[in-house]
Amino acid sequence: MMDRYTKLQMVGIYIGIFLFLSFMLLPFVEMFVTSLRPLEHLRTTPYQFWSDKFSFDAYRQMWETVPLLGRYILNSIFIASMVTACTMLLVVPAAYAYARLDFPFKDTSLGLILAINMFSGAVLLIPLYRVLKALGLLNTYWAMIVPGIAFLIPTGIWLLRSYLEKIPRELEEAAYVDGASRMYTLRRVVLPLALPGLLVVGTATFIGAYAQQFLFAITFNQNRELQPLPAGLQEFVGRQQVEWNQMMAAALTGVLPVMLIFFFLQKYLVAGLTAGAVKE
Amino acid sequence: MIRQCCRWLAVALWGLFLTETAQAASPIRPTETVRRKVLPEAWFAWLLLTPAMVFIAVIIAWPLVETIRLSFTDADLGGESYVGVANYVDLMESRRFRQTVTTTFYWMFLSVGLKLILGLIGACLLNAAVPGRAVFRMLVMPPWVIPIAIGVIGWLWMYNGYFGLLSGMGQRIGLFDGPYAFLAGRTSAFYSAVVTDVWVGTPMITLFFLAAMQGVNRDLYEAAWVDGAGRWYRFRRITIPQIMPVIVSMALLSAIWTFNSFDIIFILTQGGPRGATTTLIIDTYKVAIGNFKFGEGAARAVVIVVLLATFSALYLFLLNKVNKTYGVK
Repeated sequence: MMDRYTKLQMVGIYIGIFLFLSFMLLPFVEMFVTSLRPLEHLRTTPYQFWSDKFSFDAYRQMWETVPLLGRYILNSIFIASMVTACTMLLVVPAAYAYARLDFPFKDTSLGLILAINMFSGAVLLIPLYRVLKALGLLNTYWAMIVPGIAFLIPTGIWLLRSYLEKIPRELEEAAYVDGASRMYTLRRVVLPLALPGLLVVGTATFIGAYAQQFLFAITFNQNRELQPLPAGLQEFVGRQQVEWNQMMAAALTGVLPVMLIFFFLQKYLVAGLTAGAVKE
Repeated sequence: MIRQCCRWLAVALWGLFLTETAQAASPIRPTETVRRKVLPEAWFAWLLLTPAMVFIAVIIAWPLVETIRLSFTDADLGGESYVGVANYVDLMESRRFRQTVTTTFYWMFLSVGLKLILGLIGACLLNAAVPGRAVFRMLVMPPWVIPIAIGVIGWLWMYNGYFGLLSGMGQRIGLFDGPYAFLAGRTSAFYSAVVTDVWVGTPMITLFFLAAMQGVNRDLYEAAWVDGAGRWYRFRRITIPQIMPVIVSMALLSAIWTFNSFDIIFILTQGGPRGATTTLIIDTYKVAIGNFKFGEGAARAVVIVVLLATFSALYLFLLNKVNKTYGVK
């Protein structure tokens, strides 16, 4: 009863939601419509909202205009996957330590790790550039993977920690009483139970890793063959005549992988990511 | 630094050894009291933390220290030599740098303010019990999920003066006389970048506010409702105070991210036209990576870190004070 709205209120809410979502989705709609229109229609002034012939030609031509496009998309996925795998390897044990164990400097070290969120990669680029150069990693996949990992560790630890804290302690104690070592308990008792949480954190990390590639790619990698999509897309811009319809088609194709993952897992993801907000 | 690493390594190795022995000794004979060697908790903890810590030390902590050292040199591609605080003096005396700092803070406050307001409105709308809300909630997320660098390309196209949607719409409704290139003028470029930044940042804030709103105890609303409190009153007196902790922390996080926002400005305007959208991050990047003036760039990076740290500390300090005055927690 409390939640019942009058007709007028309903209309108001729907109009509000419509306006809000229009702002959020307008660029996507415009990108999609643009990708369907022939270039000469895009290049007419005054602006036309509609074209009479829509086609998916741009989705075919874009592979010829930028021959490495497929490579860029695969690079993006590869880099994001590697970053995710490495990040999880580092995050899982650390998150367990913060969730369950008691040790000196626990709060201080966690605070310092979370403080990393304060830096963007751009602040540390100069020495990172030299570190990567010294290690011979410049212009390799690793130049984009290694810095990526570092900036995803804090959030990963934070998210996974709150998930692990919810697993009942009794199970670990039971394993301990049965004579299992700590490592064994972690591997065989805690991790299987934490699988849903690991999936959420893993997916969030993947999305983050997919999203953050631009800066590291344009700074640490000059090798065109290794470039991920966000950097590769700039190739469309640099041409004499910008083929906007193909560029939009390529951009939309490139976000497809993350969008698919996200829409399948969004319920769990949002619940997992915002868990901290509800806990208060 | 190195000594610290060695100590960690030693702890790690020793930990490994202990785990092995603990495992070997594990079959329990029920008749006798068992004294197992179990790895002490603290050691196990640091054993688990070591890999992440070493990584962070090499990729973040050391570069940070190195940035500070470089900021006292004139390092470039040719080499480096110690110049004292000359880089900082140059920055202090540079009017353009002061302009950049002002721009950055204006950019941050404006964008974060808009994101918070819009996020709050969005969360309220999506929290309303109307049919279809599950779908609406899902439709907010795309700008958050996709890489910023790709979403911004859509905006780049919409801002295009001759062929872009916004200019076209403006001309249709008679707002502009001719083609209007949003990214060409100083003022319009700045506000265009703000709009795009708000677009990128709002979904996440909306979802966090929404989650917080759903976590508010319904009994509170019902009690207020029984007492005849209207919607607006319930929103002001229950919802807002209850989700305040989330608002406060999102404001700080969002401020830090907006301050550091790179992709949006770099792709839209690269800091131009004539420096109108040059924030500290863009300036640092251009000096250090664009012109290979590592020393001068490092000084700028240090300024960013100091400003952000001061801002965060001040924010938390004031927050604490406000909380104490009003008796929260």
